[in-house]
Amino acid sequence: MLSPLLQFTEKGIYCKRANVYIDPWKPVDYAIITHAHADHSRWGNKFYLSHHLSKPIIQHRLGQDISIESMEYGETRTINGVKFSFHPAGHIIGSAQVRVEYKGEVWVASGDYKLEDDGFCAPFEPIKCNVFITECTFGLPVFKWKPQEEVFAAINAWWRQNKADGKATVLTGYSLGKAQRILQGVDPSIGKIYTHGAIEKTNEVIRNMGVKLNDTIYVTPEIQKKEYEGSLIIAPPAALGTSWQKKFPPFEVGIASGWMNMRGPRRRQSVDRGFVLSDHADFESLNMAINATGCEKVIVTHGYTNIFSKWLNENGIDSQVESTEFEGELAEVGQGKGEKESE
Amino acid sequence: MKDFVRLFNQLDQTTKTNKKVAVLKSYFDTATDMDKLWTIAILSHRRPKRSVRTALLREWAAAEANLPLWLFEESYHIVGDLAETIALVHPNLESKNDKSLTEWIQFIIDLKPLSDEDQKEKVRWAWNQLDERERFVFNKLLTGGWRVGLSQKLMTRALAQHAEVEENTLTHRLMGDWRAETSDYHDLVEATNVADQLSKPYPFYLAYALEGEPREIGSPEEWLAERKWDGIRGQIIIRDGELFVWSRGEELVTDKFPEFQDLTEALPNGTVLDGEIIPFKNGKPLSFSTMQTRISRKNVSKAILKSAPIVMIAYDILELNGEDLREKPQVERRKLLEQLLQNHPTEKLLISELVDFSNWNDLVKERLKSRENNVEGLMLKRKDSTYKIGRKKGDWWKWKVDPLTIDAVMIYAMRGHGRRANLYTDYTFAVWDDEKLVPFAKAYSGLTDKEINRVDAFVKKNTVDKFGPVRSVKAELVFEIAFEGIAKSSRHKSGVALRFPRIHRWREDKPAAEANTMDDLNKILAEFG
Repeated sequence: MLSPLLQFTEKGIYCKRANVYIDPWKPVDYAIITHAHADHSRWGNKFYLSHHLSKPIIQHRLGQDISIESMEYGETRTINGVKFSFHPAGHIIGSAQVRVEYKGEVWVASGDYKLEDDGFCAPFEPIKCNVFITECTFGLPVFKWKPQEEVFAAINAWWRQNKADGKATVLTGYSLGKAQRILQGVDPSIGKIYTHGAIEKTNEVIRNMGVKLNDTIYVTPEIQKKEYEGSLIIAPPAALGTSWQKKFPPFEVGIASGWMNMRGPRRRQSVDRGFVLSDHADFESLNMAINATGCEKVIVTHGYTNIFSKWLNENGIDSQVESTEFEGELAEVGQGKGEKESE
Repeated sequence: MKDFVRLFNQLDQTTKTNKKVAVLKSYFDTATDMDKLWTIAILSHRRPKRSVRTALLREWAAAEANLPLWLFEESYHIVGDLAETIALVHPNLESKNDKSLTEWIQFIIDLKPLSDEDQKEKVRWAWNQLDERERFVFNKLLTGGWRVGLSQKLMTRALAQHAEVEENTLTHRLMGDWRAETSDYHDLVEATNVADQLSKPYPFYLAYALEGEPREIGSPEEWLAERKWDGIRGQIIIRDGELFVWSRGEELVTDKFPEFQDLTEALPNGTVLDGEIIPFKNGKPLSFSTMQTRISRKNVSKAILKSAPIVMIAYDILELNGEDLREKPQVERRKLLEQLLQNHPTEKLLISELVDFSNWNDLVKERLKSRENNVEGLMLKRKDSTYKIGRKKGDWWKWKVDPLTIDAVMIYAMRGHGRRANLYTDYTFAVWDDEKLVPFAKAYSGLTDKEINRVDAFVKKNTVDKFGPVRSVKAELVFEIAFEGIAKSSRHKSGVALRFPRIHRWREDKPAAEANTMDDLNKILAEFG
């Protein structure tokens, strides 16, 4: 019997015919990378292929000496007759779904994605395919995102209130993606915006690619306490509770993450505010994305896989679960390893 | 209810106690008396009785959201809170209702006598009137189990500020058997006339655990020592020829202890005693498990009265001849208590004898004998201390005997609730019986948040099988389980029941094969059971 176009091995999602892997979690010769987050773009591969906007970030994170090439959305690279192309996933800057075609059969490995246009990264495009590989980090009906304008209105109101109270505002999100989405989503006329070093370095890479970001100030020890009053400070979750925050005047802390949709995780973080803002798809979006592909089969990777797969099967969509080492958004509530690995 | 929902959101959004008290005070400043009364009732665990079965709520919620019931149930397991799950899966709507908190609670109370069909109609109507947060609060009122991260103490502080009543006075006024349905805000909180407050207990003074050495708290001559009795903390009140027995959880338990009925004859009116209610036979305390069989029964049968007779070991007197004694020093109260029990002897009341000691070392030795005496350890009380309210550091210390421990293997895990929802935090532990692992205890407390995250990750990666919300995991992690007591039990597979088992520490140094065995557990049972 012919092996399937893509298969799940202990190293990653593997295309045997082309001898390449997509987002491998163990070192391989040829890695096609959906996006630059640490759980998808790992250290140690001999060769990387990514989208143009991911390349400098991957180099920043993994070293300038790695062997890496990049291409544009829609551009095709053919390897031993198998056609690979990138298509916008709407997850973070440079994020892509990988379309794999061989003899008319099409598979799409979607990496991580969201359907809402965040106004910063290229919005998700549904791709017709036979088999769709999807995450389901938030694959439960309790996860429902509000439009981001509403979320940012709430964040702005909170920031304004803190400023009126003479306080600083600390908001966390992972350094690549969420941090820039926050930066571009808030109202910069409210006050100054500071960033943690991990985020500022990522910002620098992004600005060097010619992508415009709102102005930020790097948090350094020389800055006087008084200067932070009324400002917004964007930080990765791992910075909370460390000596890094010592120089700040009284402040309120918030977390922006899809997990903040649930009260348990929100309270567990012991922060003042939780804002439901995710770069992953909510339950309804997952279903919409799957339907839009017109696929015959869905392979569910990370998240509430068993539950979501059962739901799909009950709805007449043939689905199976494969295990991977992707983490979804766990780093934002201190449960993942990704953020630490990359910083 | 909008102001109440706003209050709830504000309380939920801060971790700072000062801020919580401030937002609650400002809520009280504008709320109606009826709403205030209900808010006090809710925050002091006096909700109206549940009027709708939760199984029905789950069905209706799944149907409203167009979900199969199993998917709703799975979501509930992960969210860990039924009210929240229902609020989240329901289609999002704008709020279009202006009912007050009191009106909504009345709405809920009125559901009780209705048929399932009529209840469904009403509850669905309510869900569709409310936005997500309001729906959550409504569901909380409907299902109970309300935890807002605000202690009764903080609630009382905010109310004291609002009503301009002294906090301790208010704590006392809010105790006892009142219900919002039948009370009046003014009478409860503001009125100084307490004629109708015959049954009202005093707030208990709670001891802090002594973690270090006793010499750290001062010199021995400043202190009294007693045994820490292993029973139910209680307050016995005799006023106007009537008896009231209160447990520490502010529960009126008079009916559970008919033996005390004669005390109305034996003791003068206006007497309030604080002590430990314990099973006691032939001059000796019985084990706590005897007590458990007794309190878990709905009716106290003759057989139980015979097999588990109780007494109160009194250690404090809070009121004598109607006079509040709490401001008097410990030794003086002690003297009054001794005199009272001498002048009014009854076999239902014993005095908690003082433990004689001249230096701390005497007590170190005495404490080691605790288990054979069927007591939990020692109590240290400062001689010149007044009787305080709640858990206050400094004057009363409990110095418990070290717990029993055993090293066990984790074999099952379940998700937690509330703050720990979505994490595997509730574990079942087993010991070896030859090649087999026999489960013997469940425990969930005792790990740090960091450790919980790591165990959670282990569970997710090492699941062998799933039964509903329970996962069986690879037998690999070893934990030291601490417990206070052990008893034979036919209801447990292992044949033993542990008292208050909890995780003492994670034995990362120990492979599963080296965990303890059923034999080891049986030895502990033979020695301490």
